[in-house]
Amino acid sequence: MAHFDENAKPFSHKWMNERLAVDTLKRVLSTEYWIPKNINFLWAMGMVLAATFGILLISGIFLLMYYQPNTQLAFDSVNYTIMSEVGYGWLWRHVHGVGASVVFLIIYIHMFTGIYYGSYKRGRELIWLSGMLLFVLFSAEAFSGYMLPWGQMSYWAGMVITNLFSGGGLHADFLVEWIRGDYVPGQAFLNRFFMLHVLLVPLAIIGVIVLHFGTLRLPHVNNQDGEEFDFEEAAEQYKAGNVKESKVIPFNPVFLSKDVFVMGIYFIFFFYLVFYHFEFAMDPVNFDPANGLKTPTHIYPEWYFLWSYEILRPFSTNVGLIAFAIAQVIFFTLPFMDRSPNVAPASRRGAFKFWFWAMLIDMIILTFMGKLPPEGIWSTIGLIAALTFMALWIALPIITAKEKKL
Amino acid sequence: MKELKIFGIVAVFTLILYWGVEPFAHSQMHKHVEGDNLQYSDLKAVPKGDAAKGEALAAACVGCHSIKVKNMPAPMDALASAQAYGVNPPDLSLAGAMLDEKFFARFLLNPAEVTKSKHFAMPPSAGSAQDAADIVAYFKSIAPKEVTAKEGYEFACGRCHANRYDHWTQIGDVPKTKSNIKTGVDIDALEFKKKLGTYQNKLADYMGKLPPDLSIIIRARSEHFLHTLIENPQSQLPGTAMPRVGLNKEGMEKVFAYLEKTGDPSKPLREETGPKVLLFFFVFTILAFLWKKSMWKGLH
Repeated sequence: MAHFDENAKPFSHKWMNERLAVDTLKRVLSTEYWIPKNINFLWAMGMVLAATFGILLISGIFLLMYYQPNTQLAFDSVNYTIMSEVGYGWLWRHVHGVGASVVFLIIYIHMFTGIYYGSYKRGRELIWLSGMLLFVLFSAEAFSGYMLPWGQMSYWAGMVITNLFSGGGLHADFLVEWIRGDYVPGQAFLNRFFMLHVLLVPLAIIGVIVLHFGTLRLPHVNNQDGEEFDFEEAAEQYKAGNVKESKVIPFNPVFLSKDVFVMGIYFIFFFYLVFYHFEFAMDPVNFDPANGLKTPTHIYPEWYFLWSYEILRPFSTNVGLIAFAIAQVIFFTLPFMDRSPNVAPASRRGAFKFWFWAMLIDMIILTFMGKLPPEGIWSTIGLIAALTFMALWIALPIITAKEKKL
Repeated sequence: MKELKIFGIVAVFTLILYWGVEPFAHSQMHKHVEGDNLQYSDLKAVPKGDAAKGEALAAACVGCHSIKVKNMPAPMDALASAQAYGVNPPDLSLAGAMLDEKFFARFLLNPAEVTKSKHFAMPPSAGSAQDAADIVAYFKSIAPKEVTAKEGYEFACGRCHANRYDHWTQIGDVPKTKSNIKTGVDIDALEFKKKLGTYQNKLADYMGKLPPDLSIIIRARSEHFLHTLIENPQSQLPGTAMPRVGLNKEGMEKVFAYLEKTGDPSKPLREETGPKVLLFFFVFTILAFLWKKSMWKGLH
């Protein structure tokens, strides 16, 4: 039984410490959570993501107060009530829309930073896996949220994506109907995606964010050279005052000061988009109300899904679906497909350097082709890029197994 | 600086990505239609008109149209007109202010051909190019100096296109009515709804379908698309029943001002708030930079 000082004043430092171990918590989670000194601004992307998620959560709460999850009312509750009747409703909506798009840009930067520096290996596998789980959850969150304004693109994207669950040649139409709660997207469909968007998926995201932070604690954050060193020794050095020689810094306040500076630059970019360039995040097609009798000329997902959409599209239905399913999960396997023991920037890893840049450029090409109409030369380029994507993953274990140990 | 180099690489890839999924993709998805700068260059010029002569000729117009500035009422209300012609003919008070002169005159000579709308309800209504020019001169002489955005919209678009965000219907503003306090039934509102529904059914028969509500069209289509569509509907939507309405520059401005007001009402406040928010984050970033500098001093 712990000792409780009966004379301690309620909510005094001592009183709190005895009940909540606030000093220990502060030490473990912030002032003695050690971060390598040898890092660059890309290491701030985690905090930038956390901040963006916070912005999405807060703006979402405000929007939730006026949004109507009803097929008859949803469109006007977003485009009229929130945009013109609610004070600053337009600001919350533009913040939410731009945030949903920008969060994926930062996620991709965060992912490719991890791939470039090999931050998914040697004790850091769970960081990568929980991060990928977050990517999947954010995708579900983005898709379910996209349904809510009930515009033409909401409706038809909902139609196309839920259709994928028929499994092509399997003709599992019962599954599609079960997911929709109807033969076509309708009231039941809108209601369940509303629930997913505002309750279940955000809850799961918050849980996995905690897990993601947890997985960082023991293996620690990677550094620019993939250098392995004794964190405890470096921490002792820092605490003894040899801050110049020590390879680490405390999260709070030293690392945090850099995070906040990077966040400041990011917020300038973010709010520039919110006020002057929001249309990129709000597709014009979705400003036409949903109409099940009128298919839009071009149906395409938001930009962050385009690369995987393009892996689906150039093939016949069944092959496309299999390729698409593989593309959705293949990044989870990265820590195991990479057979090299080296934790180092891609630039020092021989063939992997080319693999990295080829993968990045291939995914950008896939993204471009995913939006263009699938005709003529665009289809051909899309097909080649999709095949290249597969080939790169087949090549990965081979080239990394041959990699020289550094 | 290594860090700036890394930032440069991230920025370049981000910009390439943006270029590919936005400007480039949209340039490939939508055919480009070159506007005519409201010249209506397919139409031949007309002689100079005489307003006094035009006044006598325009007397025939009130057989179908009202001219409210001259206190001339329409012979039928909107619903009866729609039952007779398919659509309610416009009040002509603003015709001289909103329409291009050459278009207007050529239109009087052959409405179906000039509007490029095969079954346009109005018959040819001028005997010669000179008569047409005289009528146009007359309508220009009676047009009010100031036209509001909403009046402009009502004249040019509003008898086919509703705008529910401004409570506008094809037969006028939604009237303010009261429901019976004991039953909650609002007979006047129901009667208006019935009248509107009947009008819309007639209109849909006339146009092939009910023309869309334009509340938020300013965000659903690009400004260039709307401009070229209004100037010449066939250029953007081949085969559409929408007639060419022949707006002049001022007329087009009125219509756009109204569409922007209903479809993007936050614009003025957005433009006012933007610089303040950005200034806040500039200061925030400078302070954060100074904090970072002081924290990292002596670390290397």
